This record gives sequence, C-alpha cells and structure tokens, in this order.
Amino acid sequence: MANRRKANTRRGATKVPVMPERATLVSMYHAMQRIRRFEQTAEEMFKSARMRGALHFYTGEEASGVGVCSALRKEDYITSTHRGHGHCIAKGGKLNKMMAELFGRVTGYCGGKGGSMHIADLDLGILGANGIVGAGIPIAAGAALGAKLRGEDTVTVAFFGDGAGPTGAFHEGVNFAAVRNLPVIFVCENNQYGMATNVRDSNAGESIAGRGVAYGIPGEIIDGNDVFAVYEAATKAVNRARAGEGPTLLETLTYRHKGHTVHDMAKYRTKKELEEWLEKDPIHRFRNAVLETGEIDQKTFDEIDRDVEAEIEAAVEFAEASPYPSIDTIEQGVYAD
Amino acid sequence: MAIDTTTTREILYNKALNEALDEEIARDDAVFVLGEEIGVWGGAYKVTEGLLEKWGDTRVIDTPISEALIAGAAVGASISGSRPVAEFMYQDFMGIAMDQIVNQAAKNRYMFGGKAELPITFRAAYGAGTGNAAQHTQSLEAWFTHVPGLKVVTPSDPYDAKGLLKASIRDNNVVCFFEHKSLYGMRGEVPEGEYVVPLGEAAIKREGEHATVVSWGRQVQNALKAGENLSAEGIEIEVVDLRTLYPLDVDAITGSVAKTNRAMVVHEAVRFGGFGGEITAQIQEYAFDYLDAPIKRLGALHSPVPFAEPLETASIPGVESIEEGVRELLRGV
Repeated sequence: MANRRKANTRRGATKVPVMPERATLVSMYHAMQRIRRFEQTAEEMFKSARMRGALHFYTGEEASGVGVCSALRKEDYITSTHRGHGHCIAKGGKLNKMMAELFGRVTGYCGGKGGSMHIADLDLGILGANGIVGAGIPIAAGAALGAKLRGEDTVTVAFFGDGAGPTGAFHEGVNFAAVRNLPVIFVCENNQYGMATNVRDSNAGESIAGRGVAYGIPGEIIDGNDVFAVYEAATKAVNRARAGEGPTLLETLTYRHKGHTVHDMAKYRTKKELEEWLEKDPIHRFRNAVLETGEIDQKTFDEIDRDVEAEIEAAVEFAEASPYPSIDTIEQGVYAD
Repeated sequence: MAIDTTTTREILYNKALNEALDEEIARDDAVFVLGEEIGVWGGAYKVTEGLLEKWGDTRVIDTPISEALIAGAAVGASISGSRPVAEFMYQDFMGIAMDQIVNQAAKNRYMFGGKAELPITFRAAYGAGTGNAAQHTQSLEAWFTHVPGLKVVTPSDPYDAKGLLKASIRDNNVVCFFEHKSLYGMRGEVPEGEYVVPLGEAAIKREGEHATVVSWGRQVQNALKAGENLSAEGIEIEVVDLRTLYPLDVDAITGSVAKTNRAMVVHEAVRFGGFGGEITAQIQEYAFDYLDAPIKRLGALHSPVPFAEPLETASIPGVESIEEGVRELLRGV
C-alpha cells in the first residue's frame, strides 16, 4: 500500500521533459525561493512571538504551486487552501502585503482582518486562501462557470490537498465541472498527510488522480517535487481548458517538510521518511538540474537569493512599521454600501 | 420605454418572482440563475418557468443535486464578476450548503479586507402548511439573520415579492431571499411597469391603534385576516410586515409600538430561539417606555413539523391563534 504512490517519485536527477525558456526558469526559481524564505521568516517571527495565529507551511511543496502557476496568465483564477502562502506567491502575490497580513496590520492584503488563511488578491485572480478544507473546489468550478458565461478566455485552478479528497465538496465541484465541461484544473497536492492522518487512511482507491476516470476527465499523477514535470502537466491541462476541452485532475505527489501547523512537531511520521523527502527537496533538485544544463549559473542563483533576502527583509520591516487596523473599523467591510 | 407603475394587474406570487428574474436577466448581462430543476422543469414551484426557453443555457443553469456546489458556484462566479441568483429548491436543503453560505459567501468580503464583491441572491422556498413533513417545511430564517455578511429578505405578497427580488439581485451583498411556499399561489396587484422595493424597509400593512403585530412572510397574511376579524370586536391591530429581517427596520417597529403601546411578534419558525426573540429584545431596548404590557411571542411548537394535517396546523400560528394572542395581549395576560 505504501509503495503505490511512488511510481513517479524516483530519487535522483530531475527528469526535464521540456526545459522552459530561461526567463521562465528564473521566475520559477525566484518564486520557489520567495515562498521558502517567506515561510522560514514567518516561522522565525512566530517563534520569537512577533506574530500570532495559525501558520500552515508549504515548505517542501513549492514546485507544485510554482509549476502550476507558471502555466497561468495573470488574469487566470486560483482558489487556494489553508496552506496557501505558496499559491499566493506563485501567482504573483506581494510579499509586503502578505507579511503585513500575517502580522495583522492594516497594510496587509486583508487590512489585518483575514490573516494567513484568508489572503486574496482579486487583481491577480487569487480568489482566496481558505480555512475550510475542500471549499475552494466548488468555488473554482463557479469561477470557471462565470468565466465561461462571461465569455472570458480564462482558466481556473483549484488547489487542494489530499485531505480534501474525501470531502463532498470535491465530488460536487469536480462532477459539475465535468458535466459542464468547464475550464478548470483541479490540482490535488498530495503531501501525504491531512494533519496526522496518512493519505492511505483517508482516501480510498489507488490514487486521487485515478478518480478522473469516474468523471470522464483526464487524471494524472505527477512528481510534485519536480517543477518541470508539474509545469508540463499543468501546461497541457491549461491548454485543454482554454481550448474548451474541459477539466483535468492533477495529483502532485509531494511532502510538507514541516508539521501541519507551526505548533505541530509531526511525531506521527518517521525520521527516515522525512529524510527521504528532504533529499527530494524541490528547490535543490531544480538548482542541480538547471546548473547542469547551464541555463542559469551559480552567480545568478546567488543574485536571486540576495534579491529574495532583501525583499523579505523589506517585507518584515514594512509589516512591523505598519499599524494595526483601528478598533472602530471592526464592523466595517461586512457589507457593501 | 415608458415606466408605468399606475396600471396594475393581478398576478400570482410565483409569477411576480418570475417577472423579476426575467427583467433582471434582461437588464444586466452579469445576471444568471442556477439551481436544481430550474430549467427544463421550470422550478419546483414554477418560479423559473419559461426562462430557459427564453434566455438559453448561458443564463439559466440546471445543476445536479449538489447544494454545496450551487452555493460554491455562486461564490466563485460572483467574486469573479457575475451576479448569480442561486435557487435552493427548499430552504431545508440549505443545510448541505451552509459552509459555502456561512463561511464563504458571507465572510469573503470582510475576510478579504472589504474589497471583494459578492452580489449573490440565494433564493429558497420555506414554510409549513403543505403536508410535506419535517424536511421540506422548516422556517430557518434565524440561522441566516445570525450571520454577519448576509441580508435576509422574505416577502409576504406578490407586489413585495417582485420588488424585493429585483432589489436583492441589484444589491451588491449576499441576500438570502426566502419565499413562503404557501404564498406561491397567492394572487395580488402588481404594477405593469418597473419598480423596486428597497431592502431594509418594513411596511405597515394594516393600521390600527390597539396593538402592534410584527411579522413576516405568510404569517403577515394570517395577521391581516386576524385583523379583519378582530375589527368586528372593536380591536384594531397594526400589522408591521418586516419584509427584510436584516438589515432590520427598527424604527418602523418602535414607531408602531409608540402608537399602540402593545406588541406581539408572530412567526412560523420554532418559537424558542426564533427571530421573534430579537424583535422582542429590540422593542425592550428601544421602546420599553411605551409598553403597557409584556411583549408576546407566537411561534411554532418545539417539534419538527409533523405530517398529519391537524398536527401540522396546530403546530404553527394561524389566524385564530393570532386573534387569541391579541386578546391576551390586550388583557395583559
């Protein structure tokens, strides 16, 4: 049972199905590194009591969100999850406004009223992270329906985890999208655990992607730590959706390096398992693969790293210098005027 | 086009709703309707009859039996630029969609910093009196009034049904629009021309000096009949039809109580924990000095709605119980 999902996650050199052009490679690395460092910094802030609330880290899963969003246009939509920092950054979210939101400040994406689990940027098509597991799936189907009715050329991606696989929302959303042939891509990021529950104890069947057969849509399992593989599969799915050929169900196999939340020591999994996955770290794999081809040299990687550090530092500075929203705004923004 | 609000004709409540949908689909390209059996079937209560034929399947979307999807699709479509009107065949079925209604639709605007627009109308048939037993007859409006981010509307006659539905669709908020199923067959005067009934405004449906009866939906009609009967006894009640439960027109209630000095709330929902408790508290807070007697509340008994007709009838307020309630109120019982 434990081996059934390993088919596409061999260790070793990253297979490069189609090497994207250099600008795409640079932006992929930039995005993955931004996600990694944003969350590591948020963790430091939390542990030094400068930040509060719930933080669900995407660390280790960066290739999934970045691979998918690299295949999207700015005007395309995504719905995200409680583990949503990565999706938001991959879709172009501003680190300043994200960090300020994590700090609960008025300059944050939600003016301090949403926090980590509710970041949205409608101008970038980010229809919201979500604190309810599975809820983004019907919403994505609705965005795709609306786009189709409005005559838009957009596609919508629903990101969700293996924990959403058993929800009714999954079935209702995917079924409707398939029935209506909607331009939507369902991306199940299978990071092996919903809180402490292993995916094999929560989802029946060989795989989540395998359910595509039941809905009459393509379903594909992808090495979710291989940004190129994710990018290739997402590009294919996006092209299908944009061409009016309907939804696709992708399952990106990956692993969260951290616990479920910042509080979780993840004692329900073995050290060996974690170490195996750490060896498949998507950012390291990307760097090694690209250095080998020479498309990006070490000097450029270092420059990007320095840029990201500067961005993160500026984001923390911006956030901490920003005020909290004022108490008299508590009841503001509930209704449109 | 000339607007004619003086010429009226008598039409049914469900036809009034049908006209509102038809006119709003025509008025705004962003409007579409979705729900179970609303297209080919024409809606369980024929509210959407003929719309699919007229507007086609880009404006009238038949969905599978997937209530969470219906509500979620409305969320996704609205936040990305559409103006959906989503129908739940029965209010009872909204339980299946409560996450999308309560955690998504109602909260997105606020959680996202006040920027997101979710112009959604959730329509649903509610109420007892049809012999449909416990899972098709509830009056659950209090569930929705308790959630910040939702507006709650329930019209009591064809005129309000059309005008309030048009206002709800045009509103940039999430509006829960509840239609009492015993009213679908009610005939009433509706103008030929365009009109809108603003949300948040109650209407005095009957003037009187002895007692105020606050109600909504079908119970307004019962209160009006009770008012006629009581008039023969020399008792004149004032009937305040709230029409919108949130935002609540507190002034209309307190204004009437200031005039009559006695108040009774009547609703078809279970009395315990019902929205009548809120009305009572509002009167207590804002019109206490005008009261000559304790406020009275009528509501359904504390049971699921029973099937057998004598039991169903006895479990909810009716014309006679309203009359008796008013007499008790005047006696100070």
